[in-house]
Amino acid sequence: MSIFVDSSTRVVVQGITGREGQFHARQCQEYGTHIVAGVTPGKGGQEMDGVPVYNTVAQAVAETKATASLIFVPPPFAADAIMEAAESGVDLVVCITEGIPVMDMLMVKNFLQGGTVRLLGPNCPGIITPGQCKMGIMPGPIHTPGGPIGVVSRSGTLTYEVVEQLSRQGLGQTSCIGIGGDPINGTDFIDCLAAFEADDETHGVVMVGEIGGDAEEMAADFIQSSMTKPVVGFIAGLTAPPGRRMGHAGAIVSGNAGTALGKIKALQDGGVHVCEDLGHLGALCKEVFI
Amino acid sequence: MKIHEYQAKDLFRNQGVAVPSGQVAFSVEEAVAAADDLGAFPVVIKAQIHAGGRGKGGGVKLAHNRDDVATVANEILGMTLVTKQTGPQGKEVGKVLVEQGLDIAQELYLALLIDRATASILVMASTEGGMDIEEVAEKSPEKIFKLAINPLSGMQGYHGRQVAFALGLTGPAFKSFIALLNRLYTFFVTNDCSMLEINPLVVTADEQVLALDAKVDVDSNALYRHKDLLALRDEMEEDALEVEASRFNLNFINLDGNVGNMVNGAGLAMATMDIIKQAGAAPANFLDVGGGADAEMVENGFRLILADPNVKAILINIFGGILRCDVLAEGVVQAAKKVDLTVPVVIRMEGTNVEQGRKILADSDLALITAVNLADAAAKVADIVGSGGAA
Repeated sequence: MSIFVDSSTRVVVQGITGREGQFHARQCQEYGTHIVAGVTPGKGGQEMDGVPVYNTVAQAVAETKATASLIFVPPPFAADAIMEAAESGVDLVVCITEGIPVMDMLMVKNFLQGGTVRLLGPNCPGIITPGQCKMGIMPGPIHTPGGPIGVVSRSGTLTYEVVEQLSRQGLGQTSCIGIGGDPINGTDFIDCLAAFEADDETHGVVMVGEIGGDAEEMAADFIQSSMTKPVVGFIAGLTAPPGRRMGHAGAIVSGNAGTALGKIKALQDGGVHVCEDLGHLGALCKEVFI
Repeated sequence: MKIHEYQAKDLFRNQGVAVPSGQVAFSVEEAVAAADDLGAFPVVIKAQIHAGGRGKGGGVKLAHNRDDVATVANEILGMTLVTKQTGPQGKEVGKVLVEQGLDIAQELYLALLIDRATASILVMASTEGGMDIEEVAEKSPEKIFKLAINPLSGMQGYHGRQVAFALGLTGPAFKSFIALLNRLYTFFVTNDCSMLEINPLVVTADEQVLALDAKVDVDSNALYRHKDLLALRDEMEEDALEVEASRFNLNFINLDGNVGNMVNGAGLAMATMDIIKQAGAAPANFLDVGGGADAEMVENGFRLILADPNVKAILINIFGGILRCDVLAEGVVQAAKKVDLTVPVVIRMEGTNVEQGRKILADSDLALITAVNLADAAAKVADIVGSGGAA
């Protein structure tokens, strides 16, 4: 099993004719993902690596039965692209785009409220179910299929670091999810933790957080109240100065809120095995999970 | 991106948000002329820097006549203002706002910000104006009224009334406040603000509500659609190295440690800084070279890091995914040949094509120190810094 994507996922790529979209659609395809359609307004009727390109997402979904959309659209047009995907009938929308104005995401988030579409991101590496479906920009080969560990993270390369250490310890992954580094995003830690808790193949979860906001604190409450599976946690940003955005738009300590220490304490209080030393995260996971 | 109080007030004025009359002055002469324009005393002279707490630091003063204006302006212009938010090194004041003095009956607090948890625009208001709001939040949180507004509905009439009633306003002040709040909300949304704070918002003796202060932070991701706001950026208020980094499109923050570092990805960069600290050294910067770092970016990164005289060692930590290790290694070798590397460099690479990458580094004539994993990298850096006589 896995969460959110598997070998039956049929992906439409929005922005497939752009530099990023083309490159990554190809990489996903090579990994084995079913890329069934692309969308670029005005380029309908063309083909990209054998994938039919449509003018609209609705058209692409109607003709190819795509179930999920992967977005590589530049920031000024990304909110539009997410909402278009949400109304086209797909179940899952993964938005990789970094740099979308917060005001746009406020609209998108409220627009999606009450609907059934799941949004991952934006500003995220995407999601991968190793051996089945890679819907994002992560390097495929570092992952190990078959589980039993689920990974959820606000970061990109830091997630790869974690996954690589897991694989090196012989710990495979069920699904690895980047929920994104923006202040307003779709799917959050709790959604992913709940899905991993319900997934039979997942025996434990690694959760990677960072400074800013209170998503980790809320996740800690959820873990304490609703999770039976062990969780290993890591928080980046202990040395980040307050009031500064650390690369990710959402990674900022405001006053006393959103600090790494506060998050670490919340996770520990929630029963999470917090890794204090990233260099030994894999080893800690082996201890906790096996 | 932050803007100055005087810039924010100019924008407010255009939006119909009530602010005191006033203008910016870059010299004593201009300050006196600005006071003459106002035509009445007292006037308030306020240092214009991108940091709060100016009053306590001596950057806001009253002037009762022309001579006073000259004396006070002379005092404030050129001073190094140290506040809670500037850090101990303070900020040099290059301009002042000369503003009409008001007959103030009451000081309030008003802020608009993005609430992440509820994906709404949050109005925060308090009768405890003029105070440090974080202190109020800690000691008497019941004195802060919060109202979340769904951006799809925008600010409706009842929103404004709720806030005005919560503040205990009545009569003309009630109406004046609601008009101001409505315009501020529009201002917030149309200008892609991430934070807007007015402390204090004042009720005058004749029951009018005005923004006596204005702190505005604009979402940097939205500046592409606000060229007018982009023009208000004041590079003098920023760290010189960070300004330079922004020209190279590098995500760089200057810190006061002794180990420079260059990493791909923001999360990994933060984690790398943390590891440096845990190993007993201190990070000199945050630098995310992103997913597509090439030789030129690495070269610029080296220059930025080496421009800091405190740096005793550099740690490069790359997790090669899309950015392959061999490409990165090639970039490091090329960059290192162009830049005079005056301090030891430790490189830790992992991921796609890591073997080729390590070979490229080994075959180069550069004195690079290779680390096999994160723990090893941190230990090597700490060794260098420890024996290098720094910290």
